Amino acid sequence: MVPDTVEELNVAADGKSLDSEFLRFKLSEPDDHALEQALILKEKHGGKVTVVALDAPEVDDVLFTALAKGADRAVKIPINQAGLGTTASAKVLGDFFATAGPLTPDTLLLPGSQAIDDLEGEVAPLLAAALKLPYLGVVCGVKPADGKVTVLKEFAGGLRGEFEVTLPAVLGIQSAEKPPRYVPVAKVRAAMKSAKIEEAALTPPERPSQLDIERMYKPEAAGHARMFEGGSEEVADQLVEVLAKNSVI
Amino acid sequence: MANPILVLAEQLRGEISDVSFEMLGTGRALADAAGAPLCAVLLGSEAAPLAAKLGLADKVFIADHPQLNLAPPATVTAALKALIDHTQAGLVLLGCTNVSLGIGSLLAAQTGLPLVNFCRAAKADGPAILLTSQLFGGKILSDVRLLDGRGIVCISPGAFPADAGKSDKSPPVEKLDLPVEVPGVTFKRYLEPETGDVDITKQNVLIGVGRGIQTQDNVQLAEDLAAALGGAVCASRPVIDQGWLPLSRQVGKSGMTVKPRVYLACGISGAPEHWEGMQNSQCIIAVNTDAKAPIFDGAHYGVVGDALELLPILTDKIKARKG
Repeated sequence: MVPDTVEELNVAADGKSLDSEFLRFKLSEPDDHALEQALILKEKHGGKVTVVALDAPEVDDVLFTALAKGADRAVKIPINQAGLGTTASAKVLGDFFATAGPLTPDTLLLPGSQAIDDLEGEVAPLLAAALKLPYLGVVCGVKPADGKVTVLKEFAGGLRGEFEVTLPAVLGIQSAEKPPRYVPVAKVRAAMKSAKIEEAALTPPERPSQLDIERMYKPEAAGHARMFEGGSEEVADQLVEVLAKNSVI
Repeated sequence: MANPILVLAEQLRGEISDVSFEMLGTGRALADAAGAPLCAVLLGSEAAPLAAKLGLADKVFIADHPQLNLAPPATVTAALKALIDHTQAGLVLLGCTNVSLGIGSLLAAQTGLPLVNFCRAAKADGPAILLTSQLFGGKILSDVRLLDGRGIVCISPGAFPADAGKSDKSPPVEKLDLPVEVPGVTFKRYLEPETGDVDITKQNVLIGVGRGIQTQDNVQLAEDLAAALGGAVCASRPVIDQGWLPLSRQVGKSGMTVKPRVYLACGISGAPEHWEGMQNSQCIIAVNTDAKAPIFDGAHYGVVGDALELLPILTDKIKARKG
């Protein structure tokens, strides 16, 4: 879960964290794609999808939505993710998988590749390190191949690489093969009535963050765009002049 | 003498990425302040001819092995860990890029060094290093102090001047046999970029569309404007992920880097991943309903408003002007 950046973000009185009072949380986009990729794999090749989340505002809605989309189990770890850095989050998730029993050779752990608050690093490689599993990130495609998986990773400039990964493994998903599916609110409500979110009690990490954060603040831009104001007609006239000045008309 | 500073020089198929020079320039300033040597490392069988370009480093290490070409993060991490042990490096600089993603975290887990991601500014403060990172899509900055100057820092591309990392000097080069571990992840082949109907890197005018375009049908409004201007439409990640435009039109970290004469960003907030791919456009015009969208901090011209309303009016005016 990450703060919705469409909303105004403010720094708390301690000067080192976000003011949580008016924060609205949403599922991190790569995590949404990770769920979609898991559901696609289940539909094409069978298996079961378990969604695991640390506690956060709105997390129950996200877990019920995942169940409504087709996930088989939803598990909430009742440790608040607020204030936990990625190292501590990965440790808790690692403890969860370690205590849930040995991972079967066909298990894939699919976190999002990266999140907008990954100051200390990404959960996917840290989880892989904790569980001593193979890892690849920036993944945009997964398909099974003879007891392994063939994985596509994005580099840059549209160049991608194909890798073979042994199982079990952690793959940081950047984008699913298809856009995350839409699920009607009525189906989510039905899931809230019929399904249950399981809870897994774990010990909170001793050290919530690895870093000495001095302060958080809003950026003060060195420069700012010259703003055009007025009605659409007026603004369009001014933009035409800019386009002409730059010799594209 | 303080512990060396180590830069992982990133290269993609025989070409050194700009972020490598950004890291060298930053690393040089930090090394000089600390009285520490600056070392760079190049991995892979295409590395050796590239060492001469890293003249700002006091020493360049090369591990020439085909399995280190665009190697999986754990393979690179094992090599770097061995090099840290060999050099006693205290600070490691990596690119905050798709190529290097995950290496820093794995290395932090192995070495116990703290990792600072998304770094956009770095300065020495006595034995400490003060870093500034950009979080939450560019809406918040965070200052982090590495008290003893030791850690792993992932540098955001485009945040530091690449020219400051270039030098004509020939650096001393040392070849090393670093471990080549392949823990369950094996590179098979490259998949070349999809060639679309339009090469967006060669356009004079680009109309960039983002989440604010709202629906696939609305992309046509941008197409109409692009047609009137003789340009093309490109997009930020959310639009591509929705399948509204092909991958060949993506601008940003995973997509193309473009430098058109005019880039008109419609409904694009200006998240760092997108900004990275279009920041060097000659003239950037941004249209966004959110007056606080980060794109206005970098654009040359801005309009707070609805691109969906503005686009058809602008198209008509351009057509009328062209006659």
